[in-house]
Amino acid sequence: MTRLNLTMGPLIFHWPADKKRDFWFRIADEAPVDTACIGETICSKRTPYFDDRQYEEVAQRLERGGKKVVWSTLCEVMIKGDSKIVARTSRRPDAEIEVNDASALWHLSGRPHRIGPAFNVYNSETMQYLARKGARHFCLGAELPAPTIAALGKTAAELNVGLEVQIFGRMSLALSARCYHARAHDRTKDDCRFVCENDPDGMELTTRSNTPFLSINGIQTLSHRYLNLAHELRDLAEMGVATFRLSPHSCDMVAVAGTYRALLDGKIDATEADELLVEHGVPQPMANGFFHQRPGLERVAPGPD
Amino acid sequence: MSVEQAGQMARPELVCPAGTPAALRTAVDAGADAVYCGLANATNARNFPGLNFSVPELEKAIPYARKGGTKVLLAVNSFATAPGADLWHRAIDTGASLGVDAVIVADIGVAAYAARTHPGLRLHLSVQAGASSPEAIKYYCREFNVKRVVLPRILTIAEISAIHDLIPCEIEAFVFGNIGMMAEGRCSLTNYITGQSTNMDGVCSPASAVRFEKQTDGAMTARLGDFEIDCYEAGENAGYPTICKGRYLTPGRNAPYYAFEEPVSLNLSSLLPDLVKAGVSALKIEGRQRSRSYVRAVVTAYRRAIDDIMDGQPPDLSALVALTEGGKQTQGAFKSKKWR
Amino acid sequence: MLDRLQTPPPAQPLLPRLMGLVLVPVPLFAIQPILDRLVRDITTRRPEMFDRLGPHTTTRFVIDVDEFPFVLMLRPDPTAPRMTAHRRSENIAHGASIGGPFMTLFQILDGDGDSDALFFSRQVRVGGDTEAAMCLRHALDDLEGSVVDDIMKIGGPLYAPLRLILSRLRHQAGGNGAASIPPGPDKRAKS
Repeated sequence: MTRLNLTMGPLIFHWPADKKRDFWFRIADEAPVDTACIGETICSKRTPYFDDRQYEEVAQRLERGGKKVVWSTLCEVMIKGDSKIVARTSRRPDAEIEVNDASALWHLSGRPHRIGPAFNVYNSETMQYLARKGARHFCLGAELPAPTIAALGKTAAELNVGLEVQIFGRMSLALSARCYHARAHDRTKDDCRFVCENDPDGMELTTRSNTPFLSINGIQTLSHRYLNLAHELRDLAEMGVATFRLSPHSCDMVAVAGTYRALLDGKIDATEADELLVEHGVPQPMANGFFHQRPGLERVAPGPD
Repeated sequence: MSVEQAGQMARPELVCPAGTPAALRTAVDAGADAVYCGLANATNARNFPGLNFSVPELEKAIPYARKGGTKVLLAVNSFATAPGADLWHRAIDTGASLGVDAVIVADIGVAAYAARTHPGLRLHLSVQAGASSPEAIKYYCREFNVKRVVLPRILTIAEISAIHDLIPCEIEAFVFGNIGMMAEGRCSLTNYITGQSTNMDGVCSPASAVRFEKQTDGAMTARLGDFEIDCYEAGENAGYPTICKGRYLTPGRNAPYYAFEEPVSLNLSSLLPDLVKAGVSALKIEGRQRSRSYVRAVVTAYRRAIDDIMDGQPPDLSALVALTEGGKQTQGAFKSKKWR
Repeated sequence: MLDRLQTPPPAQPLLPRLMGLVLVPVPLFAIQPILDRLVRDITTRRPEMFDRLGPHTTTRFVIDVDEFPFVLMLRPDPTAPRMTAHRRSENIAHGASIGGPFMTLFQILDGDGDSDALFFSRQVRVGGDTEAAMCLRHALDDLEGSVVDDIMKIGGPLYAPLRLILSRLRHQAGGNGAASIPPGPDKRAKS
């Protein structure tokens, strides 16, 4: 039986630099995760606030903590500045790079790399093609249902590449050229004055009748509900998924990682994991609909077993 | 297949939507240089019930287009989903065997299949691939010999011009119609609310999940699944019931606002000469879900506008505002970065 | 950079209003044979229409013409198509409803109105099963010619007044094929 791994995904929110550094240092020192993805994946305007040098410091600390470090590229590459950042990350010597858009592939195709969740891999042919060009590990997008994950699991096993899915945190639902954080404050993207910094887990968007709906993170639209695939972990492992991704939030991520680690190790069951997540202050109810081919926001009750 | 030379002010190709055989004939008659259409299944991004072509319908439509001097482009531009990715491969085979002039693809697996199985089949990169940088476009050209990229509606004309100088393929740009706010091919909003996926099922705000409710004061509420997308007052213009065109609340605002975009249509009529100068070789009209009356009006107007421009006349498309969403039009990102 | 379209409230043309007035005292059973004939005729001429309706051939559509003193109920089942007239007070059970002024609905039926634009400007109302309404719209829109053409072709002296009214209506609507922009001379030069 292959060992089941945990990944701390990239920090998608714009936290103040010291908070960001403290977060990663604590993950490096305390969190029972095997891999950590670092780098700005959402908005290139944020990069001066936490630059490559600061991330290198984080990378060293993570490595000292026994974690494999992966550099994730920008999900949306549009302006010259974005292209430059992707080119720089792609050329980083001896680094594991996670590709989140085709412009990173332009640089990395032919060399070993990883495919991130923002790059669409929905079928075996896509996986085979990318693997032939150097992709060694795939993290699938959040909307994929169980039958698709299972089919890709078989292909991944044939190709001997790693397979990962997100199991915790708000789900990325859309990317845009427009910054909706800036728009909410009657500003444009160029003149955003970094209002996204005020919402450590995203800005809540509710319907006109005040029903919680979505969450805004700059150019990214997220689910309002947090994903939790505690009850689906065993099925996922059987499908060939050996790595599980946690998307960072402002709640105690060391405790969240500890909970899922305990679940993977068989020390607690999925219902206990659910209860612990409530104790750690994770907003409820959580969702698992996509996996079950239901609307993503739904919470499908665990079947009898 | 002839390769168009992008010379000084080369005549751009007018690419028009065809949701049904009748719309296709209408577009051909109105002067479309090319029509794009899809099969009636999940293989294209406008997979709405009642819309699109059966294989026999497509087979019948192609000679009609040929006779009118119009190319037929087949959109196979959703993401082939395992298990069952075969459906997308069969769509490519259909396009190749019927002799369409190009297939419009977004998925790497579909592009790889087409390039391998039908090396002579011309490939266009769909807007659904979301290739918005020169490097991304070059990747698809290098890997799959893509001949044309359909650019996302998020770039300014200056940016399009810069991209044009860096890529080895033609550029197709949207000039009229629905303006998608989210990066195409990367939006799961519909799936989050309805359980039907834009990428996998080819649907955005499926009508089966949409309800319009009349309120006692004459207002109309638009719902998607259990969620209120918007409420239009009596007499207020409405938009498509998509999540990205709704009005919502945030903690920082005291009234519902268009958090993503207003119901508005793109209309680049006044920027057409600039687009052509920027190196755009094909101008695309959105609206495979629209009626043939829309197709007739928009294609006729744009046909005349392009001909006017080539004759050195200023184009006039002011009449088209009546066909726009919410009765409003915009130049979107094309004019200025302030749109973002 | 938004140009807001000023939509004036559409003036109600005289002919539809007259038709509405004339229809008020007409008993519904007198209209029924005409409706039966129309539906039978169109369904035999247009079998292809049912393909686009998909699962909605058994849906009951209520068509609510503002000027009419009754509503129409359509069940486009290819094996037993039905169109019946009902008083509004009946509140008949239905799957989907489509409503609006006569001229607007007439233009859509005649392939000459863009239903999305008419919906955006709130001239057309859709209720109930939106998918069913969309399917019906696509089915009508894909016809060669239009349903109005079909009705014009129905022979017999009984239908002469109907044909006359339809051609007058068409004239008023701007004529089939005119849309909002008259077609210009075809001066395209192919590359």
